[in-house]
Amino acid sequence: MSTLSAPRKQRTPIRPARVLLHTFLVVTALAWLAPLLWALLAAMRPYAETSDKGYVSWPDKLTFDNFTNAFQQSDMLHYFGNTLLIAVPAVLLTLLLSSMVAFYVSRFDFRVNLFLLLVFTAGNLLPQQVIITPLYRLYLLIDLPGITMSGKLYDSALGLVLIHVAFQSGFCAFVLSNYMRSLPHELTEAALVDGASVWRLYWQIVLPLCKPAMAALATLLSIWIYNDFFWAIVLISTGENMPITSALNNLSGQYFTDPNLVAAGALLTAIPTLIVYFALQRQFVSGLTLGANKG
Amino acid sequence: MTATPAKAPEPAAPPAPGPGPTSRPAKTPHGHRRLLTRRDRITLGLMAGVPTILHVTLVWLTALASIALAFTTWDGIGFGSIKWVGLQNFRELFTSNPQFWPAVEHNVIWFVVLILLPTPFGLFLAVQLDKKIRFSRVYQTAFFLPVVMSLAVIGFVWQLIYNPDTGLINSLIGANKPGHYIDWIGDPDLNLWAVLVAASWRHAGYMMILYLAGLKGVDPALREASALDGASEWQTFKNVIFPTLRPTNTVVLVVTIIEALRAFDLVFVFNKGAQGTELLSILVTNNIIGESSRIGYGSAIAVVLLVISLAVIIPYLIATFRKERRA
Repeated sequence: MSTLSAPRKQRTPIRPARVLLHTFLVVTALAWLAPLLWALLAAMRPYAETSDKGYVSWPDKLTFDNFTNAFQQSDMLHYFGNTLLIAVPAVLLTLLLSSMVAFYVSRFDFRVNLFLLLVFTAGNLLPQQVIITPLYRLYLLIDLPGITMSGKLYDSALGLVLIHVAFQSGFCAFVLSNYMRSLPHELTEAALVDGASVWRLYWQIVLPLCKPAMAALATLLSIWIYNDFFWAIVLISTGENMPITSALNNLSGQYFTDPNLVAAGALLTAIPTLIVYFALQRQFVSGLTLGANKG
Repeated sequence: MTATPAKAPEPAAPPAPGPGPTSRPAKTPHGHRRLLTRRDRITLGLMAGVPTILHVTLVWLTALASIALAFTTWDGIGFGSIKWVGLQNFRELFTSNPQFWPAVEHNVIWFVVLILLPTPFGLFLAVQLDKKIRFSRVYQTAFFLPVVMSLAVIGFVWQLIYNPDTGLINSLIGANKPGHYIDWIGDPDLNLWAVLVAASWRHAGYMMILYLAGLKGVDPALREASALDGASEWQTFKNVIFPTLRPTNTVVLVVTIIEALRAFDLVFVFNKGAQGTELLSILVTNNIIGESSRIGYGSAIAVVLLVISLAVIIPYLIATFRKERRA
């Protein structure tokens, strides 16, 4: 991401080209935000008012009632909880497992390395629908009595965690192996000569050095897994067990007569990702381009 | 492939001679392996093996299972009902499924629209924002916000705009009265384009970020030299900047193709892929969560999707990894 560089402090004289550019950018940026602002406006108006006056009208009053209603009536807290239960283990496990693969692939010259990395990277690029049918049957087949609520891998948080980990570790292994390869070999070589075990090499030397990449990937993964809709729609059948994005789908079916309420629900669902994004913007964007820049 | 046991030590590369470790080129194979103890080998085997088993089982074996099931019929109840039918699923798909060819066409349209409209626009935005202007971060955030949000949420937001009764567009153009409705989501001639507007809205921001990262890598000296030679802004871009963005363009192309093949959430939220918005991904999914459980048939559609995807993924990975080997 381009950051403002230091010598920008001095004021440059106002040039017509710059004014034009800023005008263009302001107008375009507003146009880009318009759908979200429109949703916000709808969410802040009572349904009675908009059905009476129409949606393109001057609002009499703006309230947060729709937000509180959507939040309470749909038991949103519960669904946020479901998402947390899926996303936290999934992000941590993905980072752990993919960093181990990346370590194996990038710090040693086994013959399978390139092939292994290819398998992981290509797997992540497949459309999810390519694998969903057998996966769905597989999840129905695996009995886990007492471990998951449903007694199966299907319709359980565990099932979603596993597929997220399996799928996302492809991307993370690729990015992390590139990152680890850029660390000097002398680092681990010296430790190995001194008799350190490979686990120590991984855990105490390589992993701490990967912190920036791990942070970037963690941000990216949190947003991706939070936003997942497809896996949850297919692999979860009980409404109660759904994570928030797919639960919203049910909510909108329930309240389709009140678009304002749906707007409020949709915006509430987006809030956590927006918070993560604004708090960790730098990590998020660098994560997105870590993988892309290599190509 | 499953576990990846460490192999017997091969004759390792000779220890790099030369003045000191710092001067050793990174390419030299590192001689780590000779130093590994038995325990280290087991640790390494587990470190690579466990994630590989998980990934291969859930992603690659299921992909292979899709291929196998595509040649069978199965109602999903017990394994006894699996029946080998050869190419029958494909024959039916290609000749008598009214949704298949529209879905293929829509996937192609999806890609063509994304690569022709939001992608160049994202590049254009990136070039503007790369000019070290004030408030660059604010503009970037505005364009990038849709990328952060779930596609499902985006679907709901755009429904508010397209709703025939209460939506923004119809309200503005006065088409929100009975008899005058324009049904953006229901009309099979309009709905694909309506969804594509929402998809493009998101895609432009994504492409902008990729291009911004690419532009950051352009050597400023190139720009200066071009300016000194008296090249105009457009000439500089066309002849100097754009050619150096080649790696980014490759990534952008691959990302866009894959996004077009994966497209699902938006359409599912809009109208579940009813008439006008059929996509391959939607057809596969409908075979699972719809009433019909035609597993073989659904798998055949998945195989079509798989073949198209691999035709893109394999050349891309070969190019990428070949470069990496050289690096």
